[in-house]
Amino acid sequence: MDGSKGFQDALTNEQKIRNFNINFGPQHPAAHGVLRLVLELDGEIVERCDPHIGLLHRGTEKLMESRTYLQNLPYFDRLDYVAPMNQEHAWCLAIEKLTNVSVPRRASLIRVLYSEIGRILNHLLNVTTQAMDVGALTPPLWGFEEREKLMVFYERACGARLHAAYFRPGGVHQDLPDDLLKDILSWAEEFPAVLKDIDELLTENRIFKQRNVDIGIVTEDDILKYGFSGVMVRGSGLAWDLRRSQPYECYDEFDFKVPVGKNGDCYDRYLVRMEEMRQSLHIIKQAIEKLLVEPGDILARGKITPPRRAEMKGSMEALIHHFKLYTEGFHVPEGEVYACVEAPKGEFGVYLVSDGSNKPYRAKLRAPGFLHLQAMDHMATGHQLADVAAIIGTMDIVFGEIDR
Amino acid sequence: MIEALRELGGYIEQKRSDCVISWDTDSDELNIMVAPSNIASFVDFLKCDSRCKFSTLVDITGVDFPERVKRFEVVYHLLSMFQNHRVRLKVSIRENEPIQSLVSVHPSANWFEREVFDMFGILFQDHPDLRRILTDYGFQGFPLRKDFPTTGYNEVRYDEAQKRVVYEPVNLTQEYRQFDFKSPWEGAEYIMPDDEAEGAT
Repeated sequence: MDGSKGFQDALTNEQKIRNFNINFGPQHPAAHGVLRLVLELDGEIVERCDPHIGLLHRGTEKLMESRTYLQNLPYFDRLDYVAPMNQEHAWCLAIEKLTNVSVPRRASLIRVLYSEIGRILNHLLNVTTQAMDVGALTPPLWGFEEREKLMVFYERACGARLHAAYFRPGGVHQDLPDDLLKDILSWAEEFPAVLKDIDELLTENRIFKQRNVDIGIVTEDDILKYGFSGVMVRGSGLAWDLRRSQPYECYDEFDFKVPVGKNGDCYDRYLVRMEEMRQSLHIIKQAIEKLLVEPGDILARGKITPPRRAEMKGSMEALIHHFKLYTEGFHVPEGEVYACVEAPKGEFGVYLVSDGSNKPYRAKLRAPGFLHLQAMDHMATGHQLADVAAIIGTMDIVFGEIDR
Repeated sequence: MIEALRELGGYIEQKRSDCVISWDTDSDELNIMVAPSNIASFVDFLKCDSRCKFSTLVDITGVDFPERVKRFEVVYHLLSMFQNHRVRLKVSIRENEPIQSLVSVHPSANWFEREVFDMFGILFQDHPDLRRILTDYGFQGFPLRKDFPTTGYNEVRYDEAQKRVVYEPVNLTQEYRQFDFKSPWEGAEYIMPDDEAEGAT
């Protein structure tokens, strides 16, 4: 092509046209973190897509094997750092299942409340950055303002905006004061207006629709083949939600709908996420109503939870218990368990093998994004290069959980 | 719930007695020990059988038990969205013993098997693309094996003189601290050669 090989005539002496390979990332604003895609392009059409992951691999599973169960809890905040408490939830459920601890009612309600706040946190980020990936700048600014408010609720519950470590095996760390509950409730009254603003900005937006409708269509066959979960399933019309089909915590007593899409494209998944936020809001309101009238303990008092502070000041046994709990940690009976939650991105699971000591023998974290990204080659092939950004956005990729 | 799982376990054992070594329903989950020789056809059976319909592969992982003869356990989690139940399959294999890949049955097994290979060094037969996945390009060793140190062997830093990232053997300024808080009164078995009682016997 450059003439150096004595090229003469394009018509008679046919040139060899070769596909073009490019690196997408690891530093790319639309890659949602450190994703390196090796793309093979035929013109502007993606022929092959090979995701290289692991650039954020921190060896969480290895580190967990040398730490106690309680010390491992904060690692879960660092997996999917967009909705930290949902991950902690899976870890707590696994431990509780193995130790046969039942969580007090109020703690259970608080967990539901904060899991749903986490879901809104996640969907706000995803919906708005999806809009940014396809060219809109305003939605993220509006969405992040609301996220900031929600993080203040996180902070008021546990002291940290992101790395909460709030859900503990046996309950939650601290009780919520009534004024915090009322503030969350008043936020929940205002939030639909913000959601409506974002909705008006995006749903009928011509550019947004052009970039999302009929892009990245997922069929039922794909869902089963690639092991999708969460919104990736519901966007294609399958009403599969672990909160409904395999209820954990006290989700069975809440009234909410499971929104599903019709066409399974990026646009439907966007609509599903918007509706899920409204449903989460509905759950939040119900949970607060219950919390306001149901005071009670927030930890299952026993070996795996600390004694009450006041008790500790007076009782030697309680003091020893406290000291041993935070140094040696509690022992979990031998056995293995798989616990999963409907995290905002899909099914987040923990497979825990315990040998009866104070440290997990093996803990496997099953991240939904790992499977979604795996299908990248399948989903992006045949699409244009610009659609790759839209597909990454709609898969809701966060590298904290994929690379672990 | 547990009754249904028991029934299902019995049904699977009866149907595929050549594959099932044993099964139980500990902690309300169905566990099946499977012979390594025909795991792929067994998973295919679970996927297609109308009563099982385990159509979604949830997870594949490994567990390392260095003291066992069959050192590794490969653990599969399957889910049926149609029947709304789950199952866990476990296969014990020796070190350096390859195991069948599930990619032809469940394409989603691809990355999971790459990860298990990366972390444990377990080889999957007929896997289309068995590369490392999470660790660094050119990484050596299998990090999740119990004999691999948590600190690893190599560390990287940016070298100002050479103007590039260099790999060096790990050099810890203080010894890596693994605290052992285990109570001497319960659980832990300490070997105390200087202990008087120990010396007396």
